[in-house]
Amino acid sequence: MEKKIKITINGASFEVEKGISILEAARNAGVIIPTLCYHKDLCVAGNCRVCVVEIVGQKRLAPACATPCEEGIEVLTNTLKVRNSRKHIIELLLAEHNAECTSCYKNGNCELQKLASDFKIMTQDFIHLVPFKNYTIDMYSPSIIKDDSKCIRCQRCVRTCAELQGVNALTMAYKGEHAKITAFFEKSLNEVVCTNCGQCIIHCPTGALVEKNYIEEVWSAIADKTKYVVIQTAPAVRVGLGEELGFDAGERVTGKMVSALKRLGFDAVMDTDFTADLTIMEEGTELLTRLKRALVDKDPDVKLPMATSCSPGWIKFIEHIYPEFLSHLSSCKSPQQMFGALVKTYYAKARKIDPDKIVSVSVMPCTAKKFEANRPEMHDSGYKDVDYVLTTRELAIMIKQAGIDFMKLEDTHYDRLMGESTGAGVIFGATGGVMEAALRTAYELVTGREVPFENLNITPVRGLEGIKEASIKIEKPLKEWSFLEGVELKCAIAHGLVNAKTVMDSVKAGTSNYHFIEFMACPGGCLGGGGQPIPTNPEIRRKRAAAIYAEDAGMPLRKSHLNPEIIKIYNDFLVKPLSDKSHHLLHTKYTPRKRY
Amino acid sequence: MSTDYLLKRADFIFKNENDWEEVLTKSIHRTPNELINELISSELKGRGGAGFPTGLKWKVTAEDKSDVKYVICNADEGEPGTFKDREILSKVPFKVLTAIAICGYVIGARQGYIYLRGEYFFLQSELNKAIKEFEFYCRQINFDFSIKIFMGSGAYICGEETALFESMEGKRGEPRNKPPYPTSFGYMGKPTVINNVETLAHTYTIFKYGSKRFYDLGVQFSRGTKLFSVSGDTPKPGIYELELGMSLVDFVEEFGDDDTKAVQVGGASGFLVPRKKFAETTIGYQGRLVGISLPTGGSMMIFNSSRSMFNVLDNYLVFFAEESCGQCTPCRVGCQQLLRGIKAVKRGEKPASYLDKMLKLAETMQLTAKCGLGQSVANSFSSIVENFREEMIY
Repeated sequence: MEKKIKITINGASFEVEKGISILEAARNAGVIIPTLCYHKDLCVAGNCRVCVVEIVGQKRLAPACATPCEEGIEVLTNTLKVRNSRKHIIELLLAEHNAECTSCYKNGNCELQKLASDFKIMTQDFIHLVPFKNYTIDMYSPSIIKDDSKCIRCQRCVRTCAELQGVNALTMAYKGEHAKITAFFEKSLNEVVCTNCGQCIIHCPTGALVEKNYIEEVWSAIADKTKYVVIQTAPAVRVGLGEELGFDAGERVTGKMVSALKRLGFDAVMDTDFTADLTIMEEGTELLTRLKRALVDKDPDVKLPMATSCSPGWIKFIEHIYPEFLSHLSSCKSPQQMFGALVKTYYAKARKIDPDKIVSVSVMPCTAKKFEANRPEMHDSGYKDVDYVLTTRELAIMIKQAGIDFMKLEDTHYDRLMGESTGAGVIFGATGGVMEAALRTAYELVTGREVPFENLNITPVRGLEGIKEASIKIEKPLKEWSFLEGVELKCAIAHGLVNAKTVMDSVKAGTSNYHFIEFMACPGGCLGGGGQPIPTNPEIRRKRAAAIYAEDAGMPLRKSHLNPEIIKIYNDFLVKPLSDKSHHLLHTKYTPRKRY
Repeated sequence: MSTDYLLKRADFIFKNENDWEEVLTKSIHRTPNELINELISSELKGRGGAGFPTGLKWKVTAEDKSDVKYVICNADEGEPGTFKDREILSKVPFKVLTAIAICGYVIGARQGYIYLRGEYFFLQSELNKAIKEFEFYCRQINFDFSIKIFMGSGAYICGEETALFESMEGKRGEPRNKPPYPTSFGYMGKPTVINNVETLAHTYTIFKYGSKRFYDLGVQFSRGTKLFSVSGDTPKPGIYELELGMSLVDFVEEFGDDDTKAVQVGGASGFLVPRKKFAETTIGYQGRLVGISLPTGGSMMIFNSSRSMFNVLDNYLVFFAEESCGQCTPCRVGCQQLLRGIKAVKRGEKPASYLDKMLKLAETMQLTAKCGLGQSVANSFSSIVENFREEMIY
């Protein structure tokens, strides 16, 4: 944007870049214009009309989000005409909305509720339309509840599902008074192509899309004295949870979170980062094995590139959209499910607890993990490996319910045996993190030397561009890996399923020659997951990412294979990566699914 | 006043002249600029109802540097009470095809489309035959242009130009944000001229006879003739080509049944004019200095004293509540509110003063709706409620 133009907003003159919207110009000038259908992550829809402003000389009002600034325009954002129109629009939305705020899961974090409060909509003159509509609540998905009576048709979810995720599970159907957002043939979300990623939830301004919560189930388990309740915390939760509890975005609250979990009454608080390190051991070994079979044995059954399998949203996506590529997936379970399988075997044995008495809970930045935990194959411990999955938001609710003054908590360390982790495990929470962690370990395994990057920071794989590529040349490998001499290991990283689609299409077309690809369903990786605090937007994702890498930099150990508890579990239990026991507990199979 | 503007009939559009080859050949031997200037001096305005100057539209699109451009003939004639485009396409299809091709020549497009209303499927095969013959002639004179029919699927909103593009692109028919306008970002994101069937037919007349002949008809700001679809309580319903600028008094004298109570000008999205305002109302584009000028896509519905204006309004609002695309709040919810609101007043569930609240709502819809549909609901609603308030209550 080269040219600057002059505009006025409420009488004050500003120089702005040509082409930016009135909304942006106003925000830069410190003038707040209310919005509903607008979201920084998405294309401009301009359909809620709550951001209308007056442009002097124009008869009609203009939507600030969808109207570009033109030279010399005079914008008025606070005239009687504007205020009355906005008020009308909010009243209209409320007339169509099931405004039972006190019994709504989003009570207190609803953009419509906030607008109604700001504009003090005290009377509702318009005819309440909810009783005339056949609204339904879709509760069949293990991850997402969709309540049409709360929907304001802003289509943020539709745009999210299409633009960020390329899934198109949610679309607008019917027209006029019957217009609604629905899935294919009005099926339930658990019957369609939905990946359970939850991005629709974090982009929904109201309570129309929320996670299925398991708060009461977890409280009951904690209250049950016969149960031993274990909780694992995912890497990205520690950089998001603070936002729900009074901290600014980007604050790391690892130690406080552990303290809070202990106060909530969990019997053991351990870390998914531990199994993230374990994933590196298993997946890294799997990659090297595949490379060997492909390059030395010339085995035609070996599929390259190998794709990561940590993100359950991505897994369901590939099962639906590219079922013929399932053999490219690493057979490793996600860290959550590895943890679940181990807690009722390895941990139960070591601590001499009856696995039947263990309730395994996880707190994840993710709603797809709820679906994953309910997959029928996830019973390798002989029990349901993970009983309940909470999102970051649900954990924050529990902390508030328990009356814990989170900001005043002291730091506590995780419990032993499966609570130790390295910086490599932490960065699983950011896009590129799995790749970086894998390279730190695999390169060293092959060459005996550290990756040739300053402070182990493999910067080419970091950052929030949708698709990243990196390559690392292997020189002077150890004897047993001599076949890798001179091989340039080509990697790609995609986050946001729409980017995953681009990469997969290039794999399908044979136009790429990657060896290893990291896929994450959510924009930014897990730190931007569908279970993270609302709002999540580009700026907040950047701050959470910075916090993740700061956490990594501050860890004494930065490489998965140096984690003492990882060394211990291989010595005491698993023997070695890809052993029979590993295969039984830590690896899985995938299910081809239909495309709708 | 009425004596100034006597009802003048004309016969350009349906005159079967059978000279389209000549008009096409002659036109494409003139420069695009000459043709644009011809259109601009004719002061032809869009006959779909919005009244945008056609010459300007072609000029702006012609000036765009894009390699790929399109001409689209909007034949999604869906306004209640309008049935003229159907007749044009079945009686004089070659005039429209010729006009599309000339437009293509002027703006630099090699592909034209006719977006045909889904319910007009019966026109499709004859029209395709005409297109075949037309394209054959184009090849003979080495003029590279082809025309395809795109069938609509029945949504009223797809007559809105940007919703029409979305529909053609295989998406849900929802209006886009403007700007950008079709002249720079239309079908497939390319500069596009989209004109109503009748507008194109008039350009044929202009290119054939010259702009003066057209300009001399009608009145200031409203030049030329217009097709009117006359329906309702009239002894002679049908399609009539009349000069613009006529007074409603004259119109009713000619077409009424001596008991005319009101005329709905411009279909469901137009205005209702009660008898007491016939004298001050002329048919034409806004901009006249005296009295009220009403633009119209050509629908003239005549109501006599046996008609309940409540039922008329109810009928329109049912239509709008159904045909709103549903994306923008004021139109989607507003239409439902107006529809349920007038019923509630009629049944006594809401006080008569609720009509005033709804008039304010209609004003908000006009100010804030995303496209012409939502903006125009207030036209019929306000003009009926204001002029026949007692019929709404009792």
